[in-house]
Amino acid sequence: MSLFDFTLGLGDDALVAAQRLGEWTSRAPEMEEDVALANIALDQLGAARLLLTYAGELEGAGRDEDDLAYLRDDREFRNCLLVELPNGDFGVTMAKLFFLAAYQSPLYTALAGCADERLAAVGAKARKESAYHLDHAALWVKRLGDGTDESHRRMQDAVDQVWPYVHELFVPDPAAPVDPATLRADFDATVAAVLDEATLTRPETSWTPGGGRDGVHTEHLSYLLAEMQVLHRAHPGANW
Amino acid sequence: MSDVRAAVAAVVDPEIRVITIDELGILRAVEEEPGTGRVLVTITPTYTGCPAMDVIRADIRRALAAAGHPDAEVRTVYSPAWSTDWISDTGRAKLAAAGIAPPAPRGDDTVVPLTLAVRCPRCGSPDTTQVSRFGSTACKALWRCRSCSEPFDHLKAL
Repeated sequence: MSLFDFTLGLGDDALVAAQRLGEWTSRAPEMEEDVALANIALDQLGAARLLLTYAGELEGAGRDEDDLAYLRDDREFRNCLLVELPNGDFGVTMAKLFFLAAYQSPLYTALAGCADERLAAVGAKARKESAYHLDHAALWVKRLGDGTDESHRRMQDAVDQVWPYVHELFVPDPAAPVDPATLRADFDATVAAVLDEATLTRPETSWTPGGGRDGVHTEHLSYLLAEMQVLHRAHPGANW
Repeated sequence: MSDVRAAVAAVVDPEIRVITIDELGILRAVEEEPGTGRVLVTITPTYTGCPAMDVIRADIRRALAAAGHPDAEVRTVYSPAWSTDWISDTGRAKLAAAGIAPPAPRGDDTVVPLTLAVRCPRCGSPDTTQVSRFGSTACKALWRCRSCSEPFDHLKAL
């Protein structure tokens, strides 16, 4: 995978995650969580803007962050499937956020020490925010998993539903500034500790959906993009 | 401090209007090109997605124009990443006076910031509790004092 594809993939992960989390605004189970999810979405959007701007420069075709965010179709997006899955209930959203943060946190930390100066700067900045996301999501996974019978049942359902999508995050890419495969041990250790404390288990399944990094997505992405892109496509270059 | 730097340093944060960008530690450099008078300002965001950056850039240009330097460029850098340790002592005192509990020093570079006790900026009691990990802006959390019952903002250590 080229440096452009790698950077684009990380930028798209952050952008699509931001858009999904933003859907919770005014709908979260409590006011504080509404603010929390919007704040995390904002962090993701901040990272997405830096990564997509850099990807545009690497490509050298004159595309900026807005061109990349608003003027590509689903097959041109390189995000992992995990982030495009619908929010589901609050448990599913927390399972998605927990797995994403458990991946992004060591990823950004590793990027902070990589040879590419621009990615290192993004990593150094984003890793602090990502650590906070991980902390927040882990807290909810534990609270719901080790909560009432009903919250436990729904959190376990969420983990079962989302788990197969994590494998795609660690497909080896030895040429990348950070080989995703090297992050797996850290991810597994984080996940095991939190799920144990939450009295939750990982599902036994060999199904490992993927394809996001090649532009092969679930049906959910194009709906998300339609909503995200409609204004810009109807009014190209529109500004607030 | 040069006049040019003083003009930029006096710009206040648009979301926490009691503290200047210099006291907040997001103003990294002010350089004046000899001869042309062109000014290059370097700033860094508190959080990557901080929505106040556009306003801060505009405010800096406005302050420089008012100080006789209409030819100015504001550059944003991300490395080294901002830390709450860069908030000056004056800045911390101003935050506390405005009812925002300043962050504890981070010291080392541990990844997860841990806040053990936050002192109430109103009554000074350490008997406080976190209401929400996220607050009215990306850099704040919401806390409440158990002694005086007042809710207050806390600038998260980063």
